[in-house]
Amino acid sequence: MTERVRVAVIGGGPAGLTAAATLAPSVDGDVLVLEREPETGGIPRHSDHPGYGLRDLRRFVSGPAYARRLTRRARDAGARLETEAMVTGWAGPRTLEVTSPHGRRLVQADAVVLATGARERPRPARLIPGDRPDGVYTTGQLQNLVHLHHREVGRRAVVVGAELVSWSAVLTLREAGCRTVLMTSEYERPEAYAAFHLPGRLAFGVLVRARTRIVAVNGRGRVTSVDIEDLGTGRRRRVPCDTVITTGDWIPDHELARTGGLEMDAATLGPRVDTSLATSLPGVFAAGNLLHPVDTADVAALDGRHVAAAVLRHLAGDPVPGGGVPLVAEAPLRWVAPQLVRPGGPPPSRGRLLLWADAFRTLPRVTATQDGRVLGRVRLPWPAAPGRVFRVPFSLVADADPAGGPVRLSLE
Amino acid sequence: MNTYDVAVIGGGIVGSAIARLLGGTALSVALVEARDDVGDGTSKANTAILHTGFDAKPGTLESRLVARGYDLLGRYAEATGIPVERTGALLVAWTREQLDALPGLRAKAERNGYTACEIVDAAEVYRRVPALGPGALGGLTVPGESVICTWTTNLALATDAVNRGVRLLRGHRVTAVHRGPDATRLVTTAGELSARWVVNAAGLGADALDALFGHDRFTVTPRRGELLVFDKLARPLAPCIVLPVPSSAGKGVLVSPTIYGNVMLGPTAEDLTDKAATGTSEAGLEFLREKGAELMPRLMAEEVTATYAGLRASIGRDDYLIDLDAGQRYLLVGGIRSTGLTAGMAIAEHVADLLKGHLDLVERAGLPAPPRMPNLGEAFPRPYQDAAAIAADPEYGRVVCFCERVTRGEIRDALASVIPPAGVEGLRRRTRAMNGRCQGFYCGARVREIFEGEQK
Ligand SMILES: Cc1cc2nc3c(=O)[nH]c(=O)nc-3n(C[C@H](O)[C@H](O)[C@H](O)COP(=O)(O)OP(=O)(O)OC[C@H]3O[C@@H](n4cnc5c(N)ncnc54)[C@H](O)[C@@H]3O)c2cc1C
Ligand SMILES: Cc1cc2nc3c(=O)[nH]c(=O)nc-3n(C[C@H](O)[C@H](O)[C@H](O)COP(=O)(O)OP(=O)(O)OC[C@H]3O[C@@H](n4cnc5c(N)ncnc54)[C@H](O)[C@@H]3O)c2cc1C
Repeated sequence: MTERVRVAVIGGGPAGLTAAATLAPSVDGDVLVLEREPETGGIPRHSDHPGYGLRDLRRFVSGPAYARRLTRRARDAGARLETEAMVTGWAGPRTLEVTSPHGRRLVQADAVVLATGARERPRPARLIPGDRPDGVYTTGQLQNLVHLHHREVGRRAVVVGAELVSWSAVLTLREAGCRTVLMTSEYERPEAYAAFHLPGRLAFGVLVRARTRIVAVNGRGRVTSVDIEDLGTGRRRRVPCDTVITTGDWIPDHELARTGGLEMDAATLGPRVDTSLATSLPGVFAAGNLLHPVDTADVAALDGRHVAAAVLRHLAGDPVPGGGVPLVAEAPLRWVAPQLVRPGGPPPSRGRLLLWADAFRTLPRVTATQDGRVLGRVRLPWPAAPGRVFRVPFSLVADADPAGGPVRLSLE
Repeated sequence: MNTYDVAVIGGGIVGSAIARLLGGTALSVALVEARDDVGDGTSKANTAILHTGFDAKPGTLESRLVARGYDLLGRYAEATGIPVERTGALLVAWTREQLDALPGLRAKAERNGYTACEIVDAAEVYRRVPALGPGALGGLTVPGESVICTWTTNLALATDAVNRGVRLLRGHRVTAVHRGPDATRLVTTAGELSARWVVNAAGLGADALDALFGHDRFTVTPRRGELLVFDKLARPLAPCIVLPVPSSAGKGVLVSPTIYGNVMLGPTAEDLTDKAATGTSEAGLEFLREKGAELMPRLMAEEVTATYAGLRASIGRDDYLIDLDAGQRYLLVGGIRSTGLTAGMAIAEHVADLLKGHLDLVERAGLPAPPRMPNLGEAFPRPYQDAAAIAADPEYGRVVCFCERVTRGEIRDALASVIPPAGVEGLRRRTRAMNGRCQGFYCGARVREIFEGEQK
């Protein structure tokens, strides 16, 4: 069976729901959101603490409230939201294979928006050796267990990572009656501690060890301890615990982007997009954490709003301009999103480029160069810190020569 | 206390195959397993290759049984739906010495009765596996080597055994053995049973059990093999099994597609003393990363989905140790090292041959058909893709584990199957749920809830 729609949005998280809410009133025909979970809302559904909606809704609400609000807005705007509907592959350039309890079908769309989000790398992907006991979770699984399924976790947890999401894990653990006895970070200093005051204070008393890595998980049946190593001295010691949370370390859910043959960015591991959020495939767009693993939900949502303009231009038959200059992040910058600036193209969402840094800088200076020429330089009043996105104004690269080579972004 | 004609100790592939075969006769049979599930020992954690036996030591029992097992299991897989992918293998020579060894390997294969190997040049090696690292000098093809699902194999054999009337006793670790004039009494952690004959197929525990029968003839050394499983998106990099030229240290590290659509790198080989040490090690993972970078650099840029370790039952000899002790009505099946998945059904046949003079092994009439196993193979249709199945039962359209596309219907079926899983780990092996790239980030909580809900 084949169904035809005007726009298919894959993923009903903040990015997908907001894209659908923005598009539905202006699109003549169906805007269909396909979401594989039983509920729309994406990650905020199980992130049951305040911290959502500042930039898009201009209010500060809890994750579940935010998820409900975005869902309502998309529905009220006239988008069709289908849950328990998983896109499992492509049957053509804009034709999706979909499985749901209602059947197996193809959905053919004039435009596709990929908004499949990002997740944390689980323990095996981080190659943490040792036994394979129960009690090792990502933050995502932990929050699912606690907030959606009201499950018990252990009593003593070690949290691997000290990013924003790591503090989110600490809050959830606390709520579940599990004490965080240690947080570890491989970086020079805990990524988010200084910057993220609220949870930092709430979780006051948690011991955070920087320059520390986990070298083994111990326990048969249930976790009994972890072994940690001080990266400076090489000294190792054993920390008793019954729960280990591996946090942060993001990877986009890029399966559909890759199997669809989209050009991928080797640094974000998401699809390469231009400032309008068009991918390399005509009529296929992307938004949210799939592109920048990982930023806050409101930024993902604003991507969804931003991508609508490009989708509408495509539906109106305007061709995407060719060419453009690539943006390249240089170490210690890890990635930049979007990655392509086209002549005459719009500025990116919120007029900002998103960057990820692997080193801490208090007053970072970012320089853009093209073919050896300095295009621009900004000093930012906020720090660059591992474990969270930092943003630079697009004006930095706006003067790039459309016929020139790649624009390199470096951190001083 | 129940008295059986035969008690088979060990619910791995070997014990399950033996119980299934004996269960097809008029004998009463018990399959006694220490753990709470079948296939929870070595049989769950191997490289899952259905071996042709081309590189076995000619003339050994192992060489004969691997070749025979290859055919038996291949046919049984067709009958039961155990997924098998006939990918073939390519043995790659990276040094002059290894290149010079290829004709000898081909001759050895022929002595093992396997004549399909061909020597190919470097260009052909790279045509077959373009992602190989630089420096390959040539190779030997083994068109028959295949990948199979070890979990389904074990489960099919055990299910078949139960369907044939074998009494499966899980959670029964045999701790003591008392020989009587007609029967042997087995003390287990969950009560006692007795049997006229006892078959020891206890894998890593076979030496300890053998000692309970008063023998002192071998020691099982657990030889750890650690493995990395890469994301499904890497699968195009490994169109076939890539084998190293074997050395005295064993078969070496291979790159292989898995039946679930992933790519596997490993195993290591390291002798340990602790038979429960199935953890991975820093050194092992590091070694695999180095090896992988040489063998297939592009693979190392892909995500790792899983890491695990299995323990081979090494007994310091080049062959299986299968021995019948008529006086004690006791049969040892020991030292089934690194080929037992393939050879299991042939080992069972061999065991039956040995028992023939002592027990009536005529096949009973009216045996139930072999079980039809759910397909876990990525290369074959799965419920989530099957419009007719979903139309008939919407639960097959309800995807619970997104990475592996496991549906609620499949989980329900597994929980209601002949040998239901005892825990979430067993459910993983029956459905693939939670085995994917997110390892439970999305579905872990829900799978656990479904499991516990259905348990009540
Ligand atoms: C534990 C945790 C705590 C966080 N805390 C905060 C916070 O306090 N404040 C904040 O602003 N941000 C927070 N974030 C980040 C925030 O949740 C994300 O930025 C946001 O959810 C990203 O939105 P998205 O739409 O890009 O992706 P997601 O929210 O991940 O949504 C993607 C959706 O796509 C669906 N999907 C994927 N593939 C398919 C497919 N093939 N078929 C159908 N559907 C599919 C998924 O099921 C999912 O619902 C947190 C994140 C985590 C993990
Ligand atoms: C890394 C690795 C790679 C391999 N690759 C391959 C391959 O590619 N192809 C292949 O054909 N083979 C392969 N093998 C070998 C294969 O996995 C084994 O030969 C096979 O699984 C052995 O099965 P088994 O039934 O003898 O042992 P097991 O599966 O270990 O079963 C023995 C059972 O006995 C039980 N038991 C032990 N003691 C007692 C007791 N006292 N009371 C009750 N129960 C007891 C245990 O709990 C266990 O379940 C590999 C092995 C390893 C480790």
